Amino acid sequence: MDYFRDFFVNIARSWTGWIDGFLPGWAVNTLNFLIMAVILVMMPVLATLSFTWMERKTIARIQNRLGPNRLGPFGVFQGFADAVKMLVKEDVVPDGADKPVFNLAPILIAAGAALLWAVIPFGRGMAAADLNIGVLYVVAIGSITTVSVLMAGWSSNNKYALLGAFRAVAQLLSYEVPMILSIAAVTLLVGSMRMGDVVEAQVLPFIVIMPATFLVYLLSGIAETGRTPFDLLEAESEIVAGYFVEYSGLKFGWFYIAEYGNLFAIAAITTTLFLGGWRGPGGSAVPALGPFYFIAKIVAVIFVLMWIRGTWPRFRIDQMLDLAWKVLVPVSLVNLLWIAIAMKLPVPAPVQWALILAGSLGVLLVTLGALGRAAKRHARQQGWVPLESQGNT
Amino acid sequence: MQQVIFIMLSLLTLGAALMVVTSRSLFRSALWLILSFAGIAALYILLEAEFLAVVQVLVYIGAIATLIIFAIMLSRNVMASDEARFNNQWRLVVGFGALLFVALAAIVTQIPWPVNVQAVPPDAIQQLGAGFVGPYVIPFEVASILLVAALIGAIIVARERE
Repeated sequence: MDYFRDFFVNIARSWTGWIDGFLPGWAVNTLNFLIMAVILVMMPVLATLSFTWMERKTIARIQNRLGPNRLGPFGVFQGFADAVKMLVKEDVVPDGADKPVFNLAPILIAAGAALLWAVIPFGRGMAAADLNIGVLYVVAIGSITTVSVLMAGWSSNNKYALLGAFRAVAQLLSYEVPMILSIAAVTLLVGSMRMGDVVEAQVLPFIVIMPATFLVYLLSGIAETGRTPFDLLEAESEIVAGYFVEYSGLKFGWFYIAEYGNLFAIAAITTTLFLGGWRGPGGSAVPALGPFYFIAKIVAVIFVLMWIRGTWPRFRIDQMLDLAWKVLVPVSLVNLLWIAIAMKLPVPAPVQWALILAGSLGVLLVTLGALGRAAKRHARQQGWVPLESQGNT
Repeated sequence: MQQVIFIMLSLLTLGAALMVVTSRSLFRSALWLILSFAGIAALYILLEAEFLAVVQVLVYIGAIATLIIFAIMLSRNVMASDEARFNNQWRLVVGFGALLFVALAAIVTQIPWPVNVQAVPPDAIQQLGAGFVGPYVIPFEVASILLVAALIGAIIVARERE
């Protein structure tokens, strides 16, 4: 019974012990790293197959439709059918494309989505490589996506692709700033950049202590994955499909996999940083429950992201940039400063956390109040009639 | 084993650097530059300096290379791939390049570099952070003032005239 209490760690130990019996030490290490690498590469593919179905179902319900319902129970195998369709499509390379760069871009973008998983802890002691700079590593891997988007947009020899790449870079660079600032707030509170330590430190999930930071991170995360309402980089109605308009078949499939892999990874990082990762009731007595709590929290975050996608229209590009530079960056800067001050006050930790929470709520209230006033002023300038007086006529 | 990996990474970095200056297309030069930066990051990992490696990726690949590509895309006819490799200044540039190489080689070979054979302490990053706000606070603040000045300057240059 004790074996099952920490099932995943024990099974890994048993496996290593078993192959250690007949393989030399370096081969054991190589084999284990290979297995880990295969698991990490499988994560984005698994995410694509499962979350496309979930997304189509969720958005269908929001739009009062049924969604996929033909293939398998509730249409769960629709993703496999789509994958097969993608595999048998013709591979088209546009005339005048820079072929090596054109072929390299989808590989790089999918690699970025897979590499993110290396530092994410699924449970206590269940991370492929719990680097002591894990949080920074996540941000650095994100920058590979930017480069591959530029490569795809430029090498396609298509002006819509190039425009999409321009928009993508403006968006990714802008939202990287509030994202890093909110991650810095978590690092400041924990005192370590190791993902495992961040989870261990969350006696209370950090969403309770700093809701403003959580919101900033989630908004920047949506922007980084380029989902509605921040999907200007692939806006179908404006620039066809943005930077991957010329891709077809499996190469398009890699962009698709990268998109859902990034969505899954962003949800996993949000869970690790703000929702307590693999912590849950009974988690310390039975560590094998950790991965299940972790996946459940990820699915909850992804559901919220899909909910936002289903209910919000796309921003204009100036609104998108304004939100980043005029709202999210000042909010996260003030928040970070307040956390740094509160951490230095000579009071016990619970009081510090209460102070951080108060500051976070204050920042949220001030921001929302200012945004509301700005919206009212804008409506007055445009001469729009308020909704209440419309009802009276 | 480490020697072999080091030689392979060095060849990759130097080869990519060579392609940066010989490639006909400016955009491809920028991509080779990214490969060169990545090679340097890998060398940092070989030296067990993970923090430097990640910062190398974040700053050089994520920010500087992206900005270079952005500048190329905005300022030139990017779809035209053939450009002259040399212009009439190449002799001057080769001269200064050789001079810089000799100076750097002299510095690198003359200075006795202090080597610490002990393992990297586990709290190296904490020590680095404490150093920034402790003994090295003035250089750190001067660097941030420089960056703020550059930021304000960029805004003033880009601002629309009334």
